[in-house]
Amino acid sequence: MTVIPRILEVRTRILKKNDELARELRGRFERAGVLVVNMVSSPGTGKTAFLKQTLIRLATRGDAVAAIVGDLETDNDARRLAESGVPVRQIQTHGLCHLEADMVAAQLTGWDLASLRYLFIENVGNLVCPTSWDLGESVRLALLAVSEGEDKPLKYPGLFNTADIAAITKIDLAVACEFDRDLARANIEAVRPGMRILETSAKTGAGLDEWLAYLADCRAHRAGRPAYDRGSDDLSRSP
Amino acid sequence: MHEISIATSIVEAVTEHVKAAGGAEVRSVTLRIGRLSAVHEDSLRFSFDLICEGTPLATAALRIIDVPVRIWCPNCTREVELPGIQSFACPVCGTRSGDIRAGRELDLESIEVADPVEGMSR
Repeated sequence: MTVIPRILEVRTRILKKNDELARELRGRFERAGVLVVNMVSSPGTGKTAFLKQTLIRLATRGDAVAAIVGDLETDNDARRLAESGVPVRQIQTHGLCHLEADMVAAQLTGWDLASLRYLFIENVGNLVCPTSWDLGESVRLALLAVSEGEDKPLKYPGLFNTADIAAITKIDLAVACEFDRDLARANIEAVRPGMRILETSAKTGAGLDEWLAYLADCRAHRAGRPAYDRGSDDLSRSP
Repeated sequence: MHEISIATSIVEAVTEHVKAAGGAEVRSVTLRIGRLSAVHEDSLRFSFDLICEGTPLATAALRIIDVPVRIWCPNCTREVELPGIQSFACPVCGTRSGDIRAGRELDLESIEVADPVEGMSR
């Protein structure tokens, strides 16, 4: 018996299924008029505290909001966020280090998206793994706490490079942490030139008005595609 | 270890393509992995071997084409390759640019299959 080898020129994205579902979700979110934000950071950056304050402020001024939160285990974050009075759903990934589009899709059942203005997805705390999974968001927010070290963006450039906006959190602790603000900003700028950087504190409320203004602006003016989305599966096309 | 998820997607995609093309044995799988894709090559190889165990891909070789980051330099008015991924500035003139032209690839490039043929006529 003879064996003939042949090459199948496939040229497709490895995560094509996720990308296709994410694009479908993005279309659904756009048609419903809801701005979706994917929040990524390492564990302990303060995503939940930041999100809780965001939800409270938006809800107080009458904006309909909801949140989905991902963790490996426990529904602690969902319970914390539910204190804000807005609808919250928890995804427990049971070991998976990132959220994928189908997990988000599964959480949408029963929610009237058209009645929402904003939907926040708090990703699993991890600065590597969420990088490549598009969740259908329009805005990807990367958070960095003053306690983490100014060089985090240089250590994890892949993730910071996919973000649309960065928030430095716990800015009220900057002095205690000997945080070098200029260095942190320069490092973010190095891996993602031109990205807007907010300095925030969930405790004092610093920077949150600017964050809410950014969100309102995105909702009003932006096409619903994150900066890193290549938009097509046709890999022969130049980017 | 998101490489397990990526390896699973690779095996699913390869299996589908090979089935559609009527191929028999998978000799090798070639990927294009951009340096910004946050994939660790050793972890991906480890995961790939693990996922392939007991499947028709068990003996397939994994070839990885490493894709450096290329940005558009507005000052030099051309695409330039970056030596690393920690500074998005033109290595020639130093101008910063976030206009990425390559380096985010997470692509399945090609699959080498072997078709057994009995009684060849030529």
